[in-house]
Amino acid sequence: MTDKIFSKEEWLAGLKALSQTYRVFVPVKDGDFHTFMPLDNGKIPDFDYQNTRLSPKSIIYPQSERMFEYSLDPESPEANVLKESSKDYSPMAIVGIRPCDAHAFQIVKRNFDNPEFRDPWWVQRAESTTLVGLGCNEPCSTCFCTELGEGPFGQEGLDLLLYHMGEGFLVKGLTQKGEELLGKITGGRPANDQDLKAAGDLAASASGKTGPAVPTDRLREKVTNDLFNAPFWEEVAFACLNCGTCTFLCPTCWCFDIQDEVLGKAGDRIRNWDSCMFPLFTLHGSGHNPRNNKFQRVRQRFMHKLKYYVDKYQNGVQCSGCGRCVRYCPVNIDIREVCKLMNNYA
Amino acid sequence: MLKYAEKIRETALKLLKEDRIDTFIGYRKGTVPMMNEPVLITDPDRVDQLHWDSFCALNLCNYLTKRTDRIGIVATGCNSRNIVTHIVENQIKRDQLYIVGIPCEGMIDHRAVLRAVKYREILDIREEGDRFLVKGADFEETFEKNKFLQSNCAICTHRNPVIHDEMLGEQVEEQSGVEPFTDVEKIEEMEPVKKQAFFTRLISRCIRCYACRNACPLCYCPTCFVDESSPQWVGKSSDPTDTMTFHFLRAYHCAGRCTDCGACERVCPMGISMRQFTKKLNKDCLDLFSWEAGLTLDQRPPLDVYRPDDYNDFIR
Repeated sequence: MTDKIFSKEEWLAGLKALSQTYRVFVPVKDGDFHTFMPLDNGKIPDFDYQNTRLSPKSIIYPQSERMFEYSLDPESPEANVLKESSKDYSPMAIVGIRPCDAHAFQIVKRNFDNPEFRDPWWVQRAESTTLVGLGCNEPCSTCFCTELGEGPFGQEGLDLLLYHMGEGFLVKGLTQKGEELLGKITGGRPANDQDLKAAGDLAASASGKTGPAVPTDRLREKVTNDLFNAPFWEEVAFACLNCGTCTFLCPTCWCFDIQDEVLGKAGDRIRNWDSCMFPLFTLHGSGHNPRNNKFQRVRQRFMHKLKYYVDKYQNGVQCSGCGRCVRYCPVNIDIREVCKLMNNYA
Repeated sequence: MLKYAEKIRETALKLLKEDRIDTFIGYRKGTVPMMNEPVLITDPDRVDQLHWDSFCALNLCNYLTKRTDRIGIVATGCNSRNIVTHIVENQIKRDQLYIVGIPCEGMIDHRAVLRAVKYREILDIREEGDRFLVKGADFEETFEKNKFLQSNCAICTHRNPVIHDEMLGEQVEEQSGVEPFTDVEKIEEMEPVKKQAFFTRLISRCIRCYACRNACPLCYCPTCFVDESSPQWVGKSSDPTDTMTFHFLRAYHCAGRCTDCGACERVCPMGISMRQFTKKLNKDCLDLFSWEAGLTLDQRPPLDVYRPDDYNDFIR
């Protein structure tokens, strides 16, 4: 695998050239925060950022996606036939994705791409995407990726990893897919031992800077019903507004709802992100709602991430420690505190 | 504002111990700077959790809806006006409540603070009188609170609670000479096409998380029109037309009832200024009906009543 050093100018010029063959997504400053945007129309990537407000999950898994379309026109030879909507699977690159968000794609993959189910759209988009990570020199105090993954310079799920070193970048090749992308970027020079040592030091110093420990070690041994019936859920849920901020900002929340929308005689079948915080999420056709109370919905979110997922996949928790829900929950319901309650519950 | 924290604890303890209330609703200090968590206290031994500072900018009235117990609640000017609206709209009974009034000097705009420290991570904030100290890993800066008020607080003319059973401090002087609607007037002057472009841009970032709706004490319908599925009134995708429909209708449902508490903007994860919608309706209510929401228990909101002898021509 290749390790190369690029100056900032070389790297930015390289990305621009890359956008001839890839749809390149980069972090762009947009008002008070950063958003992943396609590198076009003079958009300026800003790699001096902590993390984007919304995770990049929507690039592979859009908030609203047209799955099928159909005609309700009886005159049409294809009346009432569902036809798959055309989709763009041309190569994409997410450049500057944080290791927590790349780790999150690995978590989501267990749901969308497993021996039992293969979601054709998620899988094809993920396969056509190259993830170019950017290690976090300065993780936030609300980050806990070191606990839940490989930390601020974790490589899991990445094809290339960038080390932001002073005036330039060290780019570390991690997969064949990454090497292919790197091969299309001209300039740079091979990294020497000194560069690699500096990069290693950067990563080592960052891993000590994430927030306080969030223990998850005892979640697996807990009895599901004990946690489910634990007395703390009402209190945890009191402040909750049942908005979708946590689930929509979360890189690992994958739930969706399917809707038909018709205009005149043309219809679309669309899948939209859904949220277990919304009462409608579990409303039955009969009118019965098994999660009619707020605390049941809040409990579901935490039980799913920190217990059901843990038991089902036996591969950690459904959280990458990005800290978005901690920072942006409007009423400060802190998953780190809830995780402690669950992990320590006797 | 900090001085009220201890007083809130004392009052809550007294009320719970004397069995005058079953529960007390206030805030506890958040786990991250500039955030506090609404909390419900029933155990007198836990009143020490209660906290108060200039980041208590949600609307606690939101947590009163259809409760059946006896509740003590902390209320600033705007929060108290929502309590009045709640009582008028039969969402809670006056005699269930013990309202602990706080003369409010405005809440700090957390986004403005972040801008002022150039988006560096804030690790701690300490209020000292009319100033506050912001600390990060490698910086420390002091700011004047007055220059960092939330935009709704900067134009507020009802800082003192309008209804209370006890006040925790002397009334503060109400702001005079504020011009609350300069932004609305600017939009009113726009050509329709420009107006549409303005509103389209305003909500372009909306992710339909409904935090604005859910943080608002006025939104208590058992099923919101956007959640209604048979028939479905509004599409659920991120189509801009549906998103616009949501914002317009949400605002209209607040007409004559909105106290401009700012909770909607405060909670928006995408930083959308949706008060631009409700402020226009507040201005219309003031111009057409001389009405400001939640100031009196004796009158229903203007769009809630019809009088054949109404003196306004336009309504006949």
